[in-house]
Amino acid sequence: MEILKVEGVNKSFGGLKALNNVNFSVEEGTVQAIIGPNGAGKSTFLNCMIGRLAPDTGTVMFGDISLTGLKPHEINQVGVSRVFQTPEIFGDLTLLENIMIPALAKRDGEFALHAFARVDQDAEIRDKATHMLEDVGLAEKKDTIAGSLSRGDKRRLELAMCLSQDPKLLLLDEPTAGMSRADTNNTIDLLKRIGDRGITKVVIEHDMHVVFSLAEKVTVLAQGTIIAEGKPEDIKGDPRVQEAYLGGAHL
Amino acid sequence: MFGLDKKDTSLFFLVVVLVALAPFLLNPFPENSELAQFNAGYPDLMQRFLIFGIFAIGFNILFGLTGYLSFGHAAFLGVGSYAGVWMMKLLTMNVIPAIFMSVVFAGLFSLLVGYISLRRSGIYFSILTLAFAQMSFSLAYSVLTPITAGETGLQLALDDPRIIGVSAVDGSIPAANLFGLPMRESFELAMGGWLFTFNAGYYLCAVVMLAAFYVAIRIFRSPFGMMLRAVKSNQQRMNFTGVNSKPYTLAAFVISGMYAGLAGGLMVAMDPLAGAERMQWTASGEVVLMTILGGAGTLIGPVLGAGFIKYFENIFSKINDNVLYEWFSALPDGLADVLVFVIHPFIGKGWHLTLGIMFMLIVIFLPGGIMEGIERLGRLFSRKKKSETPSRAAPAPAE
Repeated sequence: MEILKVEGVNKSFGGLKALNNVNFSVEEGTVQAIIGPNGAGKSTFLNCMIGRLAPDTGTVMFGDISLTGLKPHEINQVGVSRVFQTPEIFGDLTLLENIMIPALAKRDGEFALHAFARVDQDAEIRDKATHMLEDVGLAEKKDTIAGSLSRGDKRRLELAMCLSQDPKLLLLDEPTAGMSRADTNNTIDLLKRIGDRGITKVVIEHDMHVVFSLAEKVTVLAQGTIIAEGKPEDIKGDPRVQEAYLGGAHL
Repeated sequence: MFGLDKKDTSLFFLVVVLVALAPFLLNPFPENSELAQFNAGYPDLMQRFLIFGIFAIGFNILFGLTGYLSFGHAAFLGVGSYAGVWMMKLLTMNVIPAIFMSVVFAGLFSLLVGYISLRRSGIYFSILTLAFAQMSFSLAYSVLTPITAGETGLQLALDDPRIIGVSAVDGSIPAANLFGLPMRESFELAMGGWLFTFNAGYYLCAVVMLAAFYVAIRIFRSPFGMMLRAVKSNQQRMNFTGVNSKPYTLAAFVISGMYAGLAGGLMVAMDPLAGAERMQWTASGEVVLMTILGGAGTLIGPVLGAGFIKYFENIFSKINDNVLYEWFSALPDGLADVLVFVIHPFIGKGWHLTLGIMFMLIVIFLPGGIMEGIERLGRLFSRKKKSETPSRAAPAPAE
């Protein structure tokens, strides 16, 4: 079953056509990668899906819910979580609090005036957050302030925040950008492990190593258009893809 | 206890004890000594400590937790004051309805202002709240004269209806009271050279302030409070986490507006009049100073900041050149003149200058306000204690 279906999406910034009639779909339970050279429109595409940008035309359907026109928090509430290119975490809060907030958002919805409850006595949320931190290997740091973490740890924390909500669809924007090889491999392992939970994932990535170790299907975007789509091994040898990456054609 | 954890319970009881014993603690100098003018233990000033403490506690719920800096909170205090006086004019001199309606009206007004101002964040939000407050001030001063009595300020009159109470007692306006206990009733206790005053109004303020403080602690420790801190930390992440940050900030805004209204209502209960100048931007700025000076985002900091500023305003401003000459009477004339000349700009009417300098020093060297200073002192002492006992292990090196 298709969990995400994008049809005829166009997006222009002034005279620049960032996305040109993009059609795209994701099967439930799979890992799909979107690759493409710099400026291909990958991030714009992701932002259109997540409600940060409104596409000029076209539809984005999540199951039978239209995501176009929904606000970011509404898109999250229907089951779509996102990991950002630079980790977006609550830098002034502890690791445990960082996980408790998305867990609370999942349980209590977009707004709840629990002004007289005690956050430290909410065993359900605390246990969930603690387990989540154990899963990503940050349990011993649960009371440190998140802003002091290394970049790799911040990324793991952000991933744990998203996973604590049991999303149906997880969007990852360059999850290994700026990481060392060891950290990258750790992240790949982590992403593979959470694959067992049946979460559908869309990964935007530069690093081919990551793409080929994770993805079951790869979509190649260049100059706002999808130029190829298929299994990783097919994409590897596709001359159009090599051309787009090496940039020889339009010189 | 009371749904607070151990640390918060002891903090709360410390505040209860300090507030209950304030008439003693703030009067450390004998009545006839030279230093008696530094005594702050008279009802009027002690009431103001608590009332502005409440104002600052509420402001801190908005500014300290969410980081939204409102420059218009005095407007809510003003609205609360007017509502309170009207209750006393129309209904009764009992202070309970006055205080209650102050909170209600301030809450409604802050809902309106917050709903509009919170469409923007950062500096634009601050400017919007400032504009609203100045607008309210100007309206109260001119157009709304039938409600606010304009320049003269809203006062009680002999021919007010006071439906539940009485219009006049023995040909004069009845006193503000709590079920018959007049707010200005005081009991004086003379002990040796000391004179302590226990005032009914002060203790009403104390009870209200402690309740307000308790509610603030609960909010700080609640999931709601955690969400407010998340707004300050990273609003974008918050929205992408499925939380709608708007109702959270609006709720915080209205709660802090109601605290301001409560403060305004208590002012009226202590002294039944209300003037437009309570809404002026300097009054809004003052509560910002109090909160930052004490430590934004801390529980007790804003109360300390409020006390600090009010003490300066009332005590420092009373020192004049004559007082200085008395102090320096032992010195040779010329030297005393020089000293008085040097100190003169900082005292009396110049108390603002001293306060400004202290504010700058605190913000530069203790960005966390008075609370950071206390914390640093605490750490200094605990380190000394530790070094006396043989340390078990060297601190682990940071990764």
